[in-house]
Amino acid sequence: MSEARIDVQVEHRDAPAAAERHHPNTCPKCGSHYRDDELDVALWVCGHCGHHFPMGSRTRIDWYSDSDSFTEEATDVRSDDPLGFFDLRPYAERLAEAELNTGLGEAIVIGQATINRYAVELAIMDFSFMGGSMGSAVGEKFSRACDSAVERGVPLLTVTSSGGARMQEGILSLMQLPKTVCAVEDLHDARLPLITVMAHPTTAGVLASFASLGDVTIAEPGALIAFTGPRVVQQTTKEKLPDDFGLAEQNLRFGHVDAIVPRDEQRAYLTRLLRLFAGVDR
Amino acid sequence: MSTEDQEFNLRQRLSGLSRLPLLRGAKVAGEAERLQQQLARLQTDTSDEAIWRSVELARHPDRPYTLDYVARIVDDWVELHGDRGRADDGALVTGLGRLDGRTIVVIGHQKGRDVKERLDRQFGMAYPEGYVKAIRAMEIAERFGFPVVSLVDTPGAYPGVAAEQHGQGGAIARSQAAMARLTVPTVACIIGEGGSGGAVAIAVSDRVLMQENAIYSVITPEGCAAILWRDAGEAKKAAAAFKPDALHCLELGVVDAVVPEPDGGAQLDHDAAAVLLEAGLAEALAELDEVPGEELRRRRRAKFRGMGVFA
Repeated sequence: MSEARIDVQVEHRDAPAAAERHHPNTCPKCGSHYRDDELDVALWVCGHCGHHFPMGSRTRIDWYSDSDSFTEEATDVRSDDPLGFFDLRPYAERLAEAELNTGLGEAIVIGQATINRYAVELAIMDFSFMGGSMGSAVGEKFSRACDSAVERGVPLLTVTSSGGARMQEGILSLMQLPKTVCAVEDLHDARLPLITVMAHPTTAGVLASFASLGDVTIAEPGALIAFTGPRVVQQTTKEKLPDDFGLAEQNLRFGHVDAIVPRDEQRAYLTRLLRLFAGVDR
Repeated sequence: MSTEDQEFNLRQRLSGLSRLPLLRGAKVAGEAERLQQQLARLQTDTSDEAIWRSVELARHPDRPYTLDYVARIVDDWVELHGDRGRADDGALVTGLGRLDGRTIVVIGHQKGRDVKERLDRQFGMAYPEGYVKAIRAMEIAERFGFPVVSLVDTPGAYPGVAAEQHGQGGAIARSQAAMARLTVPTVACIIGEGGSGGAVAIAVSDRVLMQENAIYSVITPEGCAAILWRDAGEAKKAAAAFKPDALHCLELGVVDAVVPEPDGGAQLDHDAAAVLLEAGLAEALAELDEVPGEELRRRRRAKFRGMGVFA
Protein backbone atom coordinates (compact mmCIF):
# COMPACT_ATOMS: atom_id res chain seq x y z
CA MET A 1 0.00 0.00 0.00
CA SER A 2 1.04 3.56 -0.45
CA GLU A 3 2.82 5.69 2.10
CA ALA A 4 0.09 8.28 2.20
CA ARG A 5 -2.18 7.59 5.16
CA ILE A 6 -5.66 8.90 5.47
CA ASP A 7 -5.64 12.25 7.16
CA VAL A 8 -7.14 11.58 10.55
CA GLN A 9 -6.82 15.17 11.69
CA VAL A 10 -10.14 16.03 13.16
CA GLU A 11 -11.82 19.25 13.96
CA HIS A 12 -12.43 19.85 17.64
CA ARG A 13 -15.00 22.06 19.24
CA ASP A 14 -15.71 22.53 22.93
CA ALA A 15 -15.86 19.77 25.53
CA PRO A 16 -18.94 17.53 25.55
CA ALA A 17 -21.72 18.37 27.98
CA ALA A 18 -22.84 15.70 30.42
CA ALA A 19 -25.83 13.72 29.18
CA GLU A 20 -28.80 13.56 31.56
CA ARG A 21 -32.17 11.90 31.52
CA HIS A 22 -35.11 14.24 31.07
CA HIS A 23 -38.85 14.01 31.10
CA PRO A 24 -39.86 13.78 27.41
CA ASN A 25 -41.54 17.19 27.60
CA THR A 26 -38.64 18.86 29.41
CA CYS A 27 -36.19 20.60 27.12
CA PRO A 28 -32.80 18.87 27.49
CA LYS A 29 -31.04 22.09 26.52
CA CYS A 30 -32.65 24.73 28.74
CA GLY A 31 -34.86 22.79 31.15
CA SER A 32 -38.14 24.47 30.12
CA HIS A 33 -41.12 22.20 30.61
CA TYR A 34 -44.21 22.06 28.41
CA ARG A 35 -47.58 20.40 28.20
CA ASP A 36 -48.31 18.25 25.10
CA ASP A 37 -50.76 20.81 23.69
CA GLU A 38 -48.20 23.61 24.07
CA LEU A 39 -45.61 21.61 22.15
CA ASP A 40 -48.18 20.63 19.51
CA VAL A 41 -48.90 24.29 18.78
CA ALA A 42 -45.16 25.07 18.71
CA LEU A 43 -44.38 22.21 16.26
CA TRP A 44 -42.56 20.46 19.11
CA VAL A 45 -39.90 23.16 19.28
CA CYS A 46 -38.82 24.71 22.59
CA GLY A 47 -40.12 28.29 22.60
CA HIS A 48 -37.31 29.35 24.89
CA CYS A 49 -34.15 27.95 23.26
CA GLY A 50 -35.27 26.48 19.91
CA HIS A 51 -34.51 22.84 20.79
CA HIS A 52 -36.31 20.48 18.40
CA PHE A 53 -38.17 17.73 20.27
CA PRO A 54 -38.91 14.50 18.39
CA MET A 55 -42.02 14.85 16.22
CA GLY A 56 -44.31 11.87 15.62
CA SER A 57 -44.90 10.78 12.05
CA ARG A 58 -48.67 11.45 12.16
CA THR A 59 -48.18 14.92 13.62
CA ARG A 60 -45.61 15.71 10.95
CA ILE A 61 -47.80 14.43 8.12
CA ASP A 62 -50.74 16.53 9.35
CA TRP A 63 -48.52 19.57 9.47
CA TYR A 64 -46.72 19.10 6.12
CA SER A 65 -49.69 18.12 3.99
CA ASP A 66 -52.74 20.11 2.88
CA SER A 67 -55.75 19.25 5.02
CA ASP A 68 -57.39 15.95 4.10
CA SER A 69 -54.91 15.40 1.26
CA PHE A 70 -53.10 12.47 2.86
CA THR A 71 -53.96 8.92 1.82
CA GLU A 72 -51.95 6.32 3.65
CA GLU A 73 -50.58 3.34 1.73
CA ALA A 74 -49.34 -0.13 2.65
CA THR A 75 -51.08 -0.02 6.03
CA ASP A 76 -51.17 -3.81 6.13
CA VAL A 77 -47.40 -4.34 5.99
CA ARG A 78 -46.18 -5.58 9.36
CA SER A 79 -42.91 -7.03 10.59
CA ASP A 80 -42.47 -10.77 10.84
CA ASP A 81 -40.03 -12.69 12.99
CA PRO A 82 -38.12 -14.89 10.52
CA LEU A 83 -35.37 -15.81 12.97
CA GLY A 84 -37.59 -16.41 15.99
CA PHE A 85 -35.32 -13.85 17.61
CA PHE A 86 -35.04 -13.81 21.37
CA ASP A 87 -32.71 -11.58 23.35
CA LEU A 88 -33.82 -10.56 26.81
CA ARG A 89 -37.37 -10.64 25.41
CA PRO A 90 -38.88 -12.15 22.26
CA TYR A 91 -38.88 -9.86 19.21
CA ALA A 92 -42.56 -10.66 18.62
CA GLU A 93 -43.35 -9.24 22.06
CA ARG A 94 -41.33 -6.08 21.41
CA LEU A 95 -43.23 -5.58 18.15
CA ALA A 96 -46.61 -6.00 19.79
CA GLU A 97 -45.62 -3.59 22.54
CA ALA A 98 -44.39 -0.99 20.06
CA GLU A 99 -47.62 -1.16 18.10
CA LEU A 100 -49.65 -0.82 21.28
CA ASN A 101 -47.62 2.11 22.60
CA THR A 102 -47.42 4.08 19.36
CA GLY A 103 -50.58 3.14 17.48
CA LEU A 104 -48.34 2.64 14.46
CA GLY A 105 -47.95 -0.53 12.40
CA GLU A 106 -44.26 0.09 11.80
CA ALA A 107 -41.49 2.67 12.12
CA ILE A 108 -42.45 4.36 8.85
CA VAL A 109 -45.69 5.76 7.44
CA ILE A 110 -46.06 6.14 3.67
CA GLY A 111 -48.75 7.66 1.50
CA GLN A 112 -49.87 10.24 -1.03
CA ALA A 113 -50.39 13.87 -0.16
CA THR A 114 -50.20 17.40 -1.48
CA ILE A 115 -48.04 20.13 0.03
CA ASN A 116 -49.33 23.57 -0.97
CA ARG A 117 -51.09 21.76 -3.82
CA TYR A 118 -47.92 20.05 -5.07
CA ALA A 119 -48.54 16.31 -5.30
CA VAL A 120 -45.93 14.32 -3.46
CA GLU A 121 -45.31 10.88 -2.01
CA LEU A 122 -44.43 10.84 1.68
CA ALA A 123 -42.29 8.30 3.58
CA ILE A 124 -42.06 9.51 7.16
CA MET A 125 -40.14 7.57 9.81
CA ASP A 126 -41.10 7.47 13.46
CA PHE A 127 -38.44 7.06 16.13
CA SER A 128 -40.98 6.07 18.77
CA PHE A 129 -41.51 2.68 17.09
CA MET A 130 -38.50 0.59 18.21
CA GLY A 131 -36.08 3.48 17.75
CA GLY A 132 -37.09 3.92 14.13
CA SER A 133 -35.12 0.80 13.31
CA MET A 134 -35.29 -0.54 9.75
CA GLY A 135 -36.37 -4.14 9.32
CA SER A 136 -38.00 -5.86 6.37
CA ALA A 137 -41.32 -4.04 6.81
CA VAL A 138 -39.72 -0.58 6.86
CA GLY A 139 -37.64 -1.47 3.81
CA GLU A 140 -40.70 -2.77 1.98
CA LYS A 141 -42.79 0.29 2.78
CA PHE A 142 -40.05 2.68 1.68
CA SER A 143 -39.60 0.62 -1.48
CA ARG A 144 -43.37 0.81 -2.19
CA ALA A 145 -43.30 4.56 -1.62
CA CYS A 146 -40.72 4.80 -4.43
CA ASP A 147 -42.98 2.74 -6.71
CA SER A 148 -46.01 4.85 -5.84
CA ALA A 149 -44.06 8.03 -6.63
CA VAL A 150 -42.97 6.55 -9.98
CA GLU A 151 -46.51 5.44 -10.81
CA ARG A 152 -47.85 8.93 -10.28
CA GLY A 153 -44.77 10.77 -11.49
CA VAL A 154 -44.36 12.78 -8.28
CA PRO A 155 -41.37 13.55 -6.04
CA LEU A 156 -40.69 11.50 -2.92
CA LEU A 157 -40.25 13.32 0.35
CA THR A 158 -38.78 11.28 3.18
CA VAL A 159 -38.17 12.23 6.79
CA THR A 160 -35.62 9.99 8.48
CA SER A 161 -35.29 9.25 12.17
CA SER A 162 -33.67 5.97 12.99
CA GLY A 163 -31.17 4.19 15.18
CA GLY A 164 -30.24 1.97 12.21
CA ALA A 165 -31.02 -1.53 11.03
CA ARG A 166 -33.22 -3.72 13.22
CA MET A 167 -30.87 -6.26 14.73
CA GLN A 168 -33.71 -8.65 15.60
CA GLU A 169 -34.09 -9.45 11.90
CA GLY A 170 -30.41 -10.31 11.49
CA ILE A 171 -28.97 -10.27 8.00
CA LEU A 172 -32.37 -9.49 6.46
CA SER A 173 -32.28 -6.08 8.12
CA LEU A 174 -28.89 -5.43 6.50
CA MET A 175 -30.42 -6.35 3.15
CA GLN A 176 -32.84 -3.43 3.55
CA LEU A 177 -29.88 -1.14 2.76
CA PRO A 178 -29.42 -2.37 -0.83
CA LYS A 179 -33.17 -2.85 -1.12
CA THR A 180 -33.98 0.78 -0.39
CA VAL A 181 -30.97 1.96 -2.44
CA CYS A 182 -32.24 0.00 -5.47
CA ALA A 183 -35.70 1.51 -4.95
CA VAL A 184 -34.20 5.03 -4.99
CA GLU A 185 -32.28 4.17 -8.16
CA ASP A 186 -35.57 3.15 -9.81
CA LEU A 187 -37.06 6.47 -8.67
CA HIS A 188 -34.08 8.34 -10.09
CA ASP A 189 -34.29 6.43 -13.39
CA ALA A 190 -37.83 7.81 -13.68
CA ARG A 191 -36.24 11.28 -13.25
CA LEU A 192 -38.08 11.95 -10.03
CA PRO A 193 -36.42 13.68 -7.10
CA LEU A 194 -35.87 12.38 -3.60
CA ILE A 195 -35.96 15.08 -0.95
CA THR A 196 -34.65 14.03 2.45
CA VAL A 197 -35.29 15.71 5.78
CA MET A 198 -32.95 14.28 8.38
CA ALA A 199 -34.49 14.47 11.83
CA HIS A 200 -32.83 13.43 15.08
CA PRO A 201 -31.32 10.86 14.92
CA THR A 202 -30.43 9.67 11.43
CA THR A 203 -27.80 7.03 11.95
CA ALA A 204 -26.23 3.74 10.87
CA GLY A 205 -28.15 1.65 8.33
CA VAL A 206 -30.62 4.36 7.35
CA LEU A 207 -27.90 6.98 6.88
CA ALA A 208 -25.86 4.40 4.94
CA SER A 209 -28.73 3.79 2.51
CA PHE A 210 -31.68 5.80 1.19
CA ALA A 211 -31.31 8.76 3.56
CA SER A 212 -27.99 9.74 1.96
CA LEU A 213 -29.27 9.55 -1.60
CA GLY A 214 -31.49 12.63 -1.53
CA ASP A 215 -31.12 15.05 -4.42
CA VAL A 216 -31.59 17.69 -1.77
CA THR A 217 -30.94 16.87 1.86
CA ILE A 218 -31.92 19.13 4.72
CA ALA A 219 -31.38 18.55 8.41
CA GLU A 220 -33.25 19.65 11.49
CA PRO A 221 -31.22 21.79 13.94
CA GLY A 222 -29.27 19.72 16.45
CA ALA A 223 -30.08 16.37 14.80
CA LEU A 224 -27.50 13.62 15.23
CA ILE A 225 -26.47 12.45 11.77
CA ALA A 226 -23.79 9.78 12.02
CA PHE A 227 -23.02 6.32 10.70
CA THR A 228 -21.51 5.39 14.05
CA GLY A 229 -22.84 7.21 17.09
CA PRO A 230 -20.62 9.14 19.54
CA ARG A 231 -20.69 6.51 22.29
CA VAL A 232 -19.44 3.69 20.05
CA VAL A 233 -16.80 5.90 18.40
CA GLN A 234 -15.55 6.97 21.81
CA GLN A 235 -15.46 3.40 23.14
CA THR A 236 -13.82 1.94 20.04
CA THR A 237 -11.21 4.54 19.23
CA LYS A 238 -10.74 6.31 22.59
CA GLU A 239 -10.65 9.51 20.55
CA LYS A 240 -11.69 12.76 22.21
CA LEU A 241 -14.89 13.75 20.52
CA PRO A 242 -15.66 17.28 19.41
CA ASP A 243 -18.69 18.75 21.19
CA ASP A 244 -20.79 18.87 18.06
CA PHE A 245 -19.68 15.42 16.85
CA GLY A 246 -22.10 14.12 14.24
CA LEU A 247 -24.59 16.92 14.74
CA ALA A 248 -26.41 18.58 11.85
CA GLU A 249 -24.25 21.68 12.22
CA GLN A 250 -21.03 19.70 11.81
CA ASN A 251 -22.51 17.76 8.88
CA LEU A 252 -23.29 21.05 7.17
CA ARG A 253 -19.71 22.26 7.66
CA PHE A 254 -18.32 19.04 6.22
CA GLY A 255 -20.62 19.14 3.23
CA HIS A 256 -22.98 16.25 4.00
CA VAL A 257 -26.24 18.20 4.03
CA ASP A 258 -27.49 21.10 1.92
CA ALA A 259 -29.06 23.16 4.68
CA ILE A 260 -30.27 23.18 8.24
CA VAL A 261 -33.88 24.25 8.24
CA PRO A 262 -35.75 24.95 11.49
CA ARG A 263 -39.13 23.28 11.69
CA ASP A 264 -41.27 26.39 11.35
CA GLU A 265 -39.57 27.17 8.02
CA GLN A 266 -39.71 23.64 6.59
CA ARG A 267 -43.11 23.77 4.93
CA ALA A 268 -42.23 26.88 2.93
CA TYR A 269 -38.78 25.48 2.14
CA LEU A 270 -40.21 22.19 0.88
CA THR A 271 -42.82 24.01 -1.18
CA ARG A 272 -40.06 26.03 -2.84
CA LEU A 273 -38.14 22.82 -3.62
CA LEU A 274 -41.23 21.13 -5.05
CA ARG A 275 -41.83 24.18 -7.26
CA LEU A 276 -38.21 24.11 -8.43
CA PHE A 277 -38.25 20.39 -9.26
CA ALA A 278 -41.53 20.83 -11.13
CA GLY A 279 -39.41 22.78 -13.62
CA VAL A 280 -41.79 24.98 -15.58
CA ASP A 281 -44.75 27.02 -14.36
CA ARG A 282 -48.03 25.22 -14.29
CA MET B 1 -37.29 -21.19 12.08
CA SER B 2 -37.23 -24.97 12.49
CA THR B 3 -34.97 -27.28 10.51
CA GLU B 4 -38.04 -28.64 8.75
CA ASP B 5 -39.03 -25.14 7.65
CA GLN B 6 -35.51 -24.52 6.37
CA GLU B 7 -35.57 -27.74 4.43
CA PHE B 8 -38.94 -26.87 3.05
CA ASN B 9 -37.64 -23.48 1.91
CA LEU B 10 -34.59 -24.97 0.24
CA ARG B 11 -36.68 -27.64 -1.44
CA GLN B 12 -38.98 -24.92 -2.70
CA ARG B 13 -36.00 -23.07 -4.15
CA LEU B 14 -34.80 -26.30 -5.73
CA SER B 15 -38.16 -27.01 -7.32
CA GLY B 16 -38.32 -23.40 -8.48
CA LEU B 17 -34.93 -23.75 -10.11
CA SER B 18 -35.91 -26.84 -12.05
CA ARG B 19 -38.80 -24.87 -13.56
CA LEU B 20 -36.56 -22.04 -14.78
CA PRO B 21 -36.48 -21.43 -18.51
CA LEU B 22 -33.26 -23.11 -19.49
CA LEU B 23 -31.13 -20.28 -20.76
CA ARG B 24 -28.04 -22.32 -20.12
CA GLY B 25 -29.23 -25.77 -19.26
CA ALA B 26 -25.99 -27.15 -17.92
CA LYS B 27 -25.49 -24.24 -15.55
CA VAL B 28 -28.94 -24.45 -14.08
CA ALA B 29 -28.53 -28.18 -13.60
CA GLY B 30 -25.22 -27.46 -11.84
CA GLU B 31 -26.96 -24.93 -9.60
CA ALA B 32 -29.60 -27.46 -8.61
CA GLU B 33 -26.95 -30.02 -7.81
CA ARG B 34 -25.03 -27.54 -5.69
CA LEU B 35 -28.15 -26.58 -3.78
CA GLN B 36 -28.92 -30.23 -3.24
CA GLN B 37 -25.47 -30.77 -1.78
CA GLN B 38 -26.06 -27.80 0.46
CA LEU B 39 -29.41 -29.22 1.48
CA ALA B 40 -27.64 -32.41 2.49
CA ARG B 41 -25.23 -30.39 4.61
CA LEU B 42 -27.96 -28.34 6.22
CA GLN B 43 -29.40 -31.55 7.61
CA THR B 44 -26.11 -32.18 9.36
CA ASP B 45 -25.20 -29.09 11.37
CA THR B 46 -26.77 -25.73 12.11
CA SER B 47 -26.30 -25.86 15.85
CA ASP B 48 -25.30 -22.85 17.95
CA GLU B 49 -21.83 -24.38 18.26
CA ALA B 50 -21.51 -24.66 14.49
CA ILE B 51 -22.50 -21.01 14.12
CA TRP B 52 -19.89 -19.91 16.64
CA ARG B 53 -17.29 -22.08 14.90
CA SER B 54 -18.03 -20.10 11.73
CA VAL B 55 -17.53 -16.83 13.61
CA GLU B 56 -14.13 -18.03 14.86
CA LEU B 57 -13.00 -19.40 11.49
CA ALA B 58 -14.19 -16.29 9.65
CA ARG B 59 -11.90 -14.24 11.89
CA HIS B 60 -9.02 -16.72 12.00
CA PRO B 61 -5.71 -14.79 11.79
CA ASP B 62 -4.34 -17.26 9.21
CA ARG B 63 -7.38 -17.04 6.95
CA PRO B 64 -6.55 -15.97 3.37
CA TYR B 65 -7.33 -12.31 2.65
CA THR B 66 -8.20 -10.60 -0.62
CA LEU B 67 -4.59 -10.17 -1.80
CA ASP B 68 -3.80 -13.82 -0.96
CA TYR B 69 -6.55 -14.88 -3.34
CA VAL B 70 -5.58 -12.27 -5.92
CA ALA B 71 -2.01 -13.64 -5.94
CA ARG B 72 -3.33 -17.15 -6.61
CA ILE B 73 -6.21 -16.67 -9.03
CA VAL B 74 -5.76 -13.28 -10.75
CA ASP B 75 -3.18 -12.85 -13.53
CA ASP B 76 -1.58 -9.56 -14.62
CA TRP B 77 -2.66 -7.89 -11.37
CA VAL B 78 -2.41 -4.10 -11.34
CA GLU B 79 -3.50 -2.49 -8.09
CA LEU B 80 -5.20 0.89 -8.38
CA HIS B 81 -4.46 3.16 -5.45
CA GLY B 82 -6.28 6.19 -4.14
CA ASP B 83 -9.66 7.87 -4.35
CA ARG B 84 -8.34 10.87 -6.37
CA GLY B 85 -9.62 13.14 -3.65
CA ARG B 86 -8.02 12.64 -0.31
CA ALA B 87 -6.15 9.40 0.30
CA ASP B 88 -5.47 5.76 -0.41
CA ASP B 89 -7.32 3.46 1.96
CA GLY B 90 -5.33 0.32 2.71
CA ALA B 91 -8.38 -1.43 4.16
CA LEU B 92 -9.99 -1.64 0.73
CA VAL B 93 -7.97 -2.59 -2.34
CA THR B 94 -9.00 -2.21 -5.97
CA GLY B 95 -7.32 -3.27 -9.17
CA LEU B 96 -7.41 -4.78 -12.62
CA GLY B 97 -6.49 -8.34 -13.45
CA ARG B 98 -7.41 -11.37 -15.47
CA LEU B 99 -9.59 -14.23 -14.29
CA ASP B 100 -10.56 -17.17 -16.45
CA GLY B 101 -9.18 -15.47 -19.55
CA ARG B 102 -10.85 -12.08 -19.20
CA THR B 103 -10.16 -8.73 -17.62
CA ILE B 104 -11.99 -8.07 -14.39
CA VAL B 105 -12.08 -5.32 -11.79
CA VAL B 106 -11.40 -6.55 -8.27
CA ILE B 107 -12.66 -4.71 -5.19
CA GLY B 108 -11.87 -6.23 -1.81
CA HIS B 109 -11.38 -5.50 1.84
CA GLN B 110 -7.88 -6.21 3.08
CA LYS B 111 -6.75 -7.03 6.61
CA GLY B 112 -3.12 -7.09 7.72
CA ARG B 113 -0.99 -10.06 8.64
CA ASP B 114 1.32 -8.51 11.25
CA VAL B 115 0.79 -5.74 13.76
CA LYS B 116 2.15 -2.97 11.57
CA GLU B 117 0.18 -4.02 8.51
CA ARG B 118 -2.95 -4.48 10.60
CA LEU B 119 -2.66 -0.90 11.82
CA ASP B 120 -1.86 0.38 8.33
CA ARG B 121 -4.95 -1.35 6.99
CA GLN B 122 -7.14 -0.45 10.01
CA PHE B 123 -7.97 -4.14 10.58
CA GLY B 124 -9.90 -4.18 7.32
CA MET B 125 -12.21 -1.34 8.32
CA ALA B 126 -12.45 1.11 5.45
CA TYR B 127 -12.79 4.88 5.64
CA PRO B 128 -15.14 6.68 3.24
CA GLU B 129 -12.02 7.11 1.07
CA GLY B 130 -12.03 3.33 0.54
CA TYR B 131 -15.61 3.33 -0.74
CA VAL B 132 -14.93 6.32 -2.97
CA LYS B 133 -12.00 4.37 -4.41
CA ALA B 134 -14.34 1.39 -4.96
CA ILE B 135 -16.77 3.64 -6.86
CA ARG B 136 -13.88 4.82 -9.01
CA ALA B 137 -13.02 1.19 -9.84
CA MET B 138 -16.68 0.49 -10.69
CA GLU B 139 -16.68 3.42 -13.11
CA ILE B 140 -13.72 1.87 -14.93
CA ALA B 141 -15.55 -1.46 -15.07
CA GLU B 142 -18.67 0.15 -16.51
CA ARG B 143 -16.74 2.20 -19.07
CA PHE B 144 -14.86 -0.80 -20.48
CA GLY B 145 -17.35 -3.58 -19.83
CA PHE B 146 -15.25 -5.45 -17.28
CA PRO B 147 -17.06 -7.65 -14.74
CA VAL B 148 -16.69 -6.61 -11.09
CA VAL B 149 -15.55 -9.21 -8.55
CA SER B 150 -15.91 -8.12 -4.91
CA LEU B 151 -14.24 -9.95 -2.05
CA VAL B 152 -15.83 -9.01 1.25
CA ASP B 153 -13.91 -9.31 4.51
CA THR B 154 -14.46 -6.57 7.07
CA PRO B 155 -15.65 -6.30 10.66
CA GLY B 156 -17.43 -3.13 9.51
CA ALA B 157 -16.69 0.35 8.22
CA TYR B 158 -14.24 2.33 10.39
CA PRO B 159 -16.00 3.91 13.38
CA GLY B 160 -13.89 7.04 13.93
CA VAL B 161 -14.27 10.80 14.16
CA ALA B 162 -12.46 11.47 10.88
CA ALA B 163 -14.44 8.74 9.11
CA GLU B 164 -17.66 10.43 10.21
CA GLN B 165 -16.46 13.87 9.22
CA HIS B 166 -15.48 12.52 5.81
CA GLY B 167 -18.99 11.10 5.32
CA GLN B 168 -18.96 7.38 6.10
CA GLY B 169 -22.72 6.82 5.79
CA GLY B 170 -23.02 8.67 2.52
CA ALA B 171 -20.02 6.89 1.00
CA ILE B 172 -21.51 3.47 1.82
CA ALA B 173 -24.87 4.50 0.38
CA ARG B 174 -23.32 5.84 -2.83
CA SER B 175 -21.18 2.75 -3.29
CA GLN B 176 -24.34 0.61 -3.19
CA ALA B 177 -26.08 3.00 -5.57
CA ALA B 178 -23.15 2.79 -7.98
CA MET B 179 -23.41 -1.02 -7.92
CA ALA B 180 -27.16 -0.82 -8.54
CA ARG B 181 -26.45 1.20 -11.71
CA LEU B 182 -23.81 -1.07 -13.29
CA THR B 183 -24.61 -2.86 -16.54
CA VAL B 184 -21.66 -5.23 -16.29
CA PRO B 185 -21.76 -8.63 -14.54
CA THR B 186 -21.01 -8.42 -10.83
CA VAL B 187 -20.12 -11.23 -8.45
CA ALA B 188 -19.35 -10.86 -4.76
CA CYS B 189 -18.02 -13.43 -2.33
CA ILE B 190 -17.98 -13.09 1.44
CA ILE B 191 -14.55 -14.56 2.23
CA GLY B 192 -14.38 -13.87 5.97
CA GLU B 193 -16.32 -11.31 7.95
CA GLY B 194 -19.22 -9.70 6.13
CA GLY B 195 -19.69 -6.94 8.67
CA SER B 196 -22.70 -4.70 8.22
CA GLY B 197 -22.88 -1.64 5.96
CA GLY B 198 -19.16 -1.72 5.32
CA ALA B 199 -19.61 -5.15 3.75
CA VAL B 200 -22.81 -4.69 1.75
CA ALA B 201 -21.37 -1.46 0.32
CA ILE B 202 -19.45 -3.61 -2.20
CA ALA B 203 -21.81 -6.60 -2.37
CA VAL B 204 -24.86 -5.36 -4.29
CA SER B 205 -24.01 -7.95 -6.93
CA ASP B 206 -25.79 -10.17 -9.47
CA ARG B 207 -24.44 -13.21 -7.68
CA VAL B 208 -23.48 -13.15 -4.02
CA LEU B 209 -21.44 -16.15 -2.92
CA MET B 210 -20.28 -16.98 0.54
CA GLN B 211 -17.50 -19.22 1.71
CA GLU B 212 -18.51 -22.12 3.88
CA ASN B 213 -17.03 -20.65 7.07
CA ALA B 214 -17.64 -16.97 6.39
CA ILE B 215 -20.17 -14.89 8.30
CA TYR B 216 -22.48 -12.14 7.05
CA SER B 217 -24.28 -10.02 9.59
CA VAL B 218 -25.92 -6.71 10.40
CA ILE B 219 -23.66 -6.15 13.42
CA THR B 220 -20.79 -7.96 15.11
CA PRO B 221 -21.86 -10.56 17.68
CA GLU B 222 -20.11 -8.42 20.34
CA GLY B 223 -21.91 -5.26 19.24
CA CYS B 224 -25.28 -6.99 19.22
CA ALA B 225 -24.64 -8.49 22.65
CA ALA B 226 -23.57 -5.11 24.05
CA ILE B 227 -26.80 -3.49 22.87
CA LEU B 228 -29.43 -6.20 23.39
CA TRP B 229 -27.89 -8.12 26.29
CA ARG B 230 -25.99 -5.09 27.62
CA ASP B 231 -22.92 -7.35 27.85
CA ALA B 232 -20.42 -7.87 25.03
CA GLY B 233 -19.49 -11.18 26.70
CA GLU B 234 -22.76 -12.65 25.46
CA ALA B 235 -21.49 -12.62 21.86
CA LYS B 236 -22.03 -16.35 21.47
CA LYS B 237 -25.69 -16.03 22.42
CA ALA B 238 -26.10 -13.09 20.05
CA ALA B 239 -24.56 -15.02 17.15
CA ALA B 240 -26.84 -17.97 17.81
CA ALA B 241 -29.81 -15.58 17.74
CA PHE B 242 -29.01 -13.67 14.55
CA LYS B 243 -27.43 -16.57 12.66
CA PRO B 244 -24.65 -15.05 10.51
CA ASP B 245 -23.43 -18.39 9.10
CA ALA B 246 -23.43 -19.31 5.41
CA LEU B 247 -26.20 -21.89 5.51
CA HIS B 248 -28.65 -19.54 7.20
CA CYS B 249 -27.75 -16.77 4.76
CA LEU B 250 -28.38 -19.18 1.89
CA GLU B 251 -31.67 -20.28 3.36
CA LEU B 252 -32.83 -16.66 3.80
CA GLY B 253 -32.04 -15.98 0.14
CA VAL B 254 -29.34 -13.44 1.01
CA VAL B 255 -26.60 -15.38 -0.78
CA ASP B 256 -26.97 -17.39 -3.96
CA ALA B 257 -24.48 -20.16 -3.28
CA VAL B 258 -21.96 -21.39 -0.75
CA VAL B 259 -18.35 -21.86 -1.86
CA PRO B 260 -16.75 -24.86 -0.15
CA GLU B 261 -13.49 -24.56 1.76
CA PRO B 262 -10.81 -27.19 2.32
CA ASP B 263 -11.54 -29.53 5.23
CA GLY B 264 -11.05 -27.71 8.51
CA GLY B 265 -11.24 -24.25 6.94
CA ALA B 266 -9.52 -21.99 4.41
CA GLN B 267 -6.79 -21.02 6.88
CA LEU B 268 -5.27 -24.52 6.63
CA ASP B 269 -4.65 -24.49 2.88
CA HIS B 270 -4.68 -21.17 1.02
CA ASP B 271 -3.95 -22.80 -2.34
CA ALA B 272 -6.82 -25.26 -2.11
CA ALA B 273 -9.17 -22.53 -0.88
CA ALA B 274 -8.16 -20.35 -3.86
CA VAL B 275 -8.89 -23.17 -6.34
CA LEU B 276 -12.38 -23.60 -4.90
CA LEU B 277 -13.02 -19.85 -4.86
CA GLU B 278 -11.83 -19.46 -8.45
CA ALA B 279 -14.20 -22.22 -9.57
CA GLY B 280 -17.09 -20.53 -7.78
CA LEU B 281 -16.34 -17.09 -9.25
CA ALA B 282 -15.76 -18.44 -12.77
CA GLU B 283 -19.01 -20.38 -12.71
CA ALA B 284 -20.99 -17.38 -11.46
CA LEU B 285 -19.45 -15.13 -14.12
CA ALA B 286 -20.20 -17.70 -16.83
CA GLU B 287 -23.86 -17.76 -15.76
CA LEU B 288 -24.07 -14.01 -16.29
CA ASP B 289 -22.12 -13.98 -19.53
CA GLU B 290 -24.92 -13.86 -22.05
CA VAL B 291 -27.37 -11.68 -20.16
CA PRO B 292 -27.63 -8.19 -21.70
CA GLY B 293 -26.42 -5.34 -19.45
CA GLU B 294 -29.80 -3.65 -18.98
CA GLU B 295 -31.32 -7.00 -18.10
CA LEU B 296 -28.55 -7.70 -15.57
CA ARG B 297 -29.28 -4.41 -13.87
CA ARG B 298 -33.04 -4.99 -13.91
CA ARG B 299 -32.67 -8.46 -12.40
CA ARG B 300 -30.14 -7.26 -9.83
CA ARG B 301 -32.46 -4.55 -8.57
CA ALA B 302 -35.43 -6.92 -8.58
CA LYS B 303 -33.43 -9.42 -6.55
CA PHE B 304 -32.45 -6.93 -3.85
CA ARG B 305 -35.85 -5.24 -3.84
CA GLY B 306 -37.36 -8.66 -3.12
CA MET B 307 -35.30 -9.21 0.01
CA GLY B 308 -36.92 -9.35 3.41
CA VAL B 309 -39.62 -11.25 5.25
CA PHE B 310 -42.70 -9.39 6.43
CA ALA B 311 -46.30 -10.15 7.25
